[in-house]
Amino acid sequence: MRGAPTFRTAPLELTSAEAFTLMYGSIVRQLISDFEDISEVNKQLDQMGYNIGIRLIDEYLVKTRNARCNSFRETAEAIAKQALHMFLNFQATVAKWNLDETECSLIFYENPFSDFVELPDEYRELKFCNILCGVIRGALEMINVDVECAWLQDMLKGDDCNEVRLKLKEYRNENFPYKDDD
Amino acid sequence: MNQESHRNLNIVERPLIKQKPEKTVLSLSAFAYLYSELIQYNIDKSANTTELEERLDKVGYEIGLRINELLSCREKTLRRRTEILDILKFIHSTVWPAFFGKNADDLQQAAAAEDEYMISDYDMKFTKFISVPRSYGSFNPGALVAGIVRGVLDSAGFPARVSAHTVEDRERSRKPITTILVKFHSVVMTRQLYIEKVKKG
Repeated sequence: MRGAPTFRTAPLELTSAEAFTLMYGSIVRQLISDFEDISEVNKQLDQMGYNIGIRLIDEYLVKTRNARCNSFRETAEAIAKQALHMFLNFQATVAKWNLDETECSLIFYENPFSDFVELPDEYRELKFCNILCGVIRGALEMINVDVECAWLQDMLKGDDCNEVRLKLKEYRNENFPYKDDD
Repeated sequence: MNQESHRNLNIVERPLIKQKPEKTVLSLSAFAYLYSELIQYNIDKSANTTELEERLDKVGYEIGLRINELLSCREKTLRRRTEILDILKFIHSTVWPAFFGKNADDLQQAAAAEDEYMISDYDMKFTKFISVPRSYGSFNPGALVAGIVRGVLDSAGFPARVSAHTVEDRERSRKPITTILVKFHSVVMTRQLYIEKVKKG
């Protein structure tokens, strides 16, 4: 019987977490001042996250020489326990699976993106840490796993925890740009 | 119960120091990705490299304002710095370690002008993974750090013009040195002269 996958990571160079938090806050502020519409800001954050994710997956795969994940469950565990810890120094727990095992929630209490942040009432619609959703979506898309990623609960808005819902859409086939007979 | 009381506290009443020391760091990669996205976003919004540097400087400025308050709050002696050398030493020995984990490598006064100072970093972590193509000319990705320094100086009461420059150095390994050039406003210089005059008695 196969045991649970062991997670080994090569240590990454470190920097101050506060610098990261302040930088992210400053970026969100710049986006808010550029766009009038808060939903535009949310979209932009998601897009930025997507751009980061498609490059981040390479680094993740190189630094952790994991075998291929056999199921979506393993993928979710890898994200929650290994990737989040490796890059952002915190871990999430995976919970609330649906019957098909195609949907789950990542639940975490500490969030380096929003450490010193208080969300005023006029920005109720703002998904402050939306970039994280984009990163997960982009990273998984590059390994042919299409997911939808959304925030269900946000501690900035007074909820008990941060909850990100992952929905598996499909596994895509590997597309090669060149045909064999050319 | 603890979590509930934590939530009900006003944000300015929450503790500043993180509870676990190992949580004060995270990966440089995360920061580098975020910075690269910031630059890419601003490239589309800017007409030229000067505007791009200005936008990055503004982002850094907000960081600098806040880091000054944060670091000053955590200091053991709450003393306001009124002299130029004091605030520059604060940047060299307190702000730099907060961001980069080490002191700034060099702090010099410019030979030509009395109101110009230079803070150098031999290997700036934030710009480690950035290469500037020739078409961008004199654009310096250290503009964010220049903004941070400007923010710290401004919130400490030392308005200045700050810019980032790259200096080639043949002595060290061929990595270019990033130098932050600080040019204080005349207000600061007159105040400094006055302070020195009072000190002399």
